Amino acid sequence: MKFGVVVFPGSNCDIDCYNALRDVLDQDTEYIWHRTKNLGSYDCIVLPGGFSYGSYLRGGAIAKVSPVMDRVVEFVESGKPVIGISNGFQVLVESGILPGAFLRNNNMKFICENVYIRTESISTPFTNLCGKGQILRIPIAHGDGNYYVGDETLKRMEENNQIVFRYCARDGEVTDASNPDGSLQNIAGVCNREGNVLGMMPHPERCMEEILEGRDGAVIFKSIINYLKGGAVNG
Amino acid sequence: MDKKPYERVGLTFEEYERIVKMLGREPNGLELNLYGVMWSEHCSYKNSKQVLRVFPTSGDRVLQGPGENAGIVDIGDGLAVVMKIESHNHPSAVEPYQGAATGAGGIIRDIFTMGARPVALLNSLRFGELESDRTKYLFENAVAGIGGYGNCIGIPTVGGEVYFNDCYRGNPLVNAMCVGIIRHGDIKRGTASGAGNAVMIVGASTGRDGMGGASFASVELNKESEEKRSPMQVGDPFLEKLLLEACLELFETGCVVGVQDLGAAGLTSASSETASRGGSGMDIDVSLVPRRETGMVPVEVMISESQERMLVIVEKGREEEVTGIFKKWGLNSSVIGRVTDDGMLTIRDGDEVVGSVPAKSLAEDAPIYYREYKEPSYLKQVGVLDERGLEVPDDLNGVLVSLLKSPNIASKEWAYRQFDYMVRTCTAVTPGSDAAVVRIRGTNKAIALTADCNSRYCYLDPATGGAIAVAEAARNLVCSGAQPLAATDCLNFGNPEKPGVFWQFRQAVSGMSEACRALDTPVISGNVSFYNETDTDAVFPTPVVGMVGVVEDISHITTQGFKEEGDVIVLLGENTQEAGGSEYLKVVYGLERGSAPKLDLDREKRVQGCCLELIRGGTVKSAHDCSEGGIAVALAESCISGEIGAKVELEGCGREDLLLFGEGQSRIVITVRQSDLERVKDAASRFGIPVTVLGRVRGKELIIDIAGQRGIQMAVKDMETDWREAIECIME
Repeated sequence: MKFGVVVFPGSNCDIDCYNALRDVLDQDTEYIWHRTKNLGSYDCIVLPGGFSYGSYLRGGAIAKVSPVMDRVVEFVESGKPVIGISNGFQVLVESGILPGAFLRNNNMKFICENVYIRTESISTPFTNLCGKGQILRIPIAHGDGNYYVGDETLKRMEENNQIVFRYCARDGEVTDASNPDGSLQNIAGVCNREGNVLGMMPHPERCMEEILEGRDGAVIFKSIINYLKGGAVNG
Repeated sequence: MDKKPYERVGLTFEEYERIVKMLGREPNGLELNLYGVMWSEHCSYKNSKQVLRVFPTSGDRVLQGPGENAGIVDIGDGLAVVMKIESHNHPSAVEPYQGAATGAGGIIRDIFTMGARPVALLNSLRFGELESDRTKYLFENAVAGIGGYGNCIGIPTVGGEVYFNDCYRGNPLVNAMCVGIIRHGDIKRGTASGAGNAVMIVGASTGRDGMGGASFASVELNKESEEKRSPMQVGDPFLEKLLLEACLELFETGCVVGVQDLGAAGLTSASSETASRGGSGMDIDVSLVPRRETGMVPVEVMISESQERMLVIVEKGREEEVTGIFKKWGLNSSVIGRVTDDGMLTIRDGDEVVGSVPAKSLAEDAPIYYREYKEPSYLKQVGVLDERGLEVPDDLNGVLVSLLKSPNIASKEWAYRQFDYMVRTCTAVTPGSDAAVVRIRGTNKAIALTADCNSRYCYLDPATGGAIAVAEAARNLVCSGAQPLAATDCLNFGNPEKPGVFWQFRQAVSGMSEACRALDTPVISGNVSFYNETDTDAVFPTPVVGMVGVVEDISHITTQGFKEEGDVIVLLGENTQEAGGSEYLKVVYGLERGSAPKLDLDREKRVQGCCLELIRGGTVKSAHDCSEGGIAVALAESCISGEIGAKVELEGCGREDLLLFGEGQSRIVITVRQSDLERVKDAASRFGIPVTVLGRVRGKELIIDIAGQRGIQMAVKDMETDWREAIECIME
């Protein structure tokens, strides 16, 4: 089983994802330079956070035309799991792999802090070890995380169980006050229709060790490992 | 009246004569400009050099002291910390976003120029009182600029300090500090040697931005400076991220002889300083420098301060290795000349030699000034404080609330929430505690980092204030579980040509030096920023101290929040009743007077030693130093951070307000298990320091009784709201 962490020029959470997978979870992990033409040897691709291409124009807008993205599209079509975190989520949205778009945070500022998210769907390769409605304490760090999607698409996504995480209060209640950036319906993470691509703004790789921000993020990567080992996807 | 050519580049007649004498001829226009920027205070330290010699700069652990791009201190395991702090005050006063952003960008380059991977940023920010729209604008945009740069490049901004005082209204201070980690064998230096080796410029292309920034930073700001002002430097953190990765990859090839970033005075300083350090000369052709603007003349290329550029000296014949790596990262790299052995910096524009002067004369031969100094007259007035004229307030709870809401004490979350302080997943203690702690991967160690200065103390007594800045920085590190190792300083003062300002400068440096010696924290790098004054007033003397310490085992990491119901609260040190210079006097009486708090360096060292020994012995559950707002605010902050209350009894007779809010030094509040209390008392007695049991962690309120009378009683939740939301309320 092998993980690949894509490195775009300007990615800066690539090292964090790499360390989390290799050092904390003991997984075979490699960096994938953005010019790579072959992803054949990987079982899961991680699009990490950061500022690919400086996030100039819009977050992810330039990365989507990076050579590796054609291969990522094929990888997605083959049904293997892809997770995009923060800027990685933006890249997935800009590429059209995931629905929606991002606006500036509604306070117009970059926000770095711990938030709570509620697991809305546990029937994905990324959340199969979560309990139903499990609440995770997890950091965000973004300036353009205000997720938006049109009404009809949102309706379809809800019908398909594509809303994976919502921002919530400590007790799990989804409230306006617990929405850090103005995201539509507190959406913090979504998957594609087929369920093999997850995009999320919070950073699970930042909370996998007690010395950092707790360990709540580990369940997401452990779920992927469980899935790749043939573990059942709930529901 | 028309200015003489040498005046236009900021030189005096005497300095011009010195140049003529050294060259044996008149310099041409280009050469004169080179001297103008290199002999500015910003580059030459001509006004401060003599004074700075009193700093202790060596020690067993010091691998690189001042004089390079950054200082280096050993942390064991073959690893070292590279660090430096630098000012970007003048640009930030004009354009706060870009000023602060390029301040961060510049200091980051100083760190990776030494071969190190930058792992943390800190900042020290000072603005006027948060009243006028202009001040809010400066604060808002300086914070956004720091975040904009640090967040994008992916280096966590882990700590710092923010103060507000009217003296900074016209002269905000923006100091940025960067810290890197390096293996001993990988250290690079800014040296050009080996005649024939290639001189390459890498990174961004060169434009007209920031031309003459170094001389701009060395004059007082007034109406004229608006006219003199050259376009601001503009930062591109994405480009710097690529430059950082490309440089670190390049250093691994072993083909790099020396490297220096292009900061103040651009190509002029990088070329002359590297040649001078190497005892070499350099022959460069400005027509080979990649440009982003057309029609630039040689002098513009030489003094441009375009950001994100480096000068790399490469072994002859290995130039293509450099080109290959930089091409991979999509960056320029061009050979612009060769190292020579004639000691001359020779500048060509194609075939034509347009200037040639000794490299050393630019880099090292600026005059050294022994400025006049005289104790300023204001000190006599502000030193007097008649406490009898100050009535003790009835409502001490109200005083505590005002202090918690004072922007100097209130939570700085509004600012640091805009900084990515977690990226790189090494930040073990995030902003808001006494010091930030960053773990060192591959070891069981961490480093603790802080930047401190209470400039009000320095205003009242620069020597004591300077010493306190050092002591408090070290104390903050100790509270987090670290042994303080070394300091970097950013000395922000007014116009040194004024005897009063220069007196402050000398006093502050001497106080800092004494403290650095006593606490065994040599100064390994630093920066001087003079001329922080407008037509009316100079800033308070503001010698900011950045400090690094090593946490020998991550299990020693300690934070300020109270941990558990029933823990015993103990004061190491003595609760005095010093009113002078306190935030309490300022907030309640509107006074900034009196004596700065006394500092006994021997006591300080012993309090810190005792605290660190107890932490390493596993006894201490929380530790917090007492600073602005005194012991009452320290206790409140520990309650807020720990989300738990405390019941405390203060001893002492006299004024309750000063017992609570006085800012006596060398005090640390710790909590321990009841069963460990005797160990604490034993240790305190061995270290010869006072120790007092103050009370217990308990309930949901902070209760402080004084000699049997209720002084403070407040719900922790209410205190937290006041403290956490104060700055946000002002800014939103």
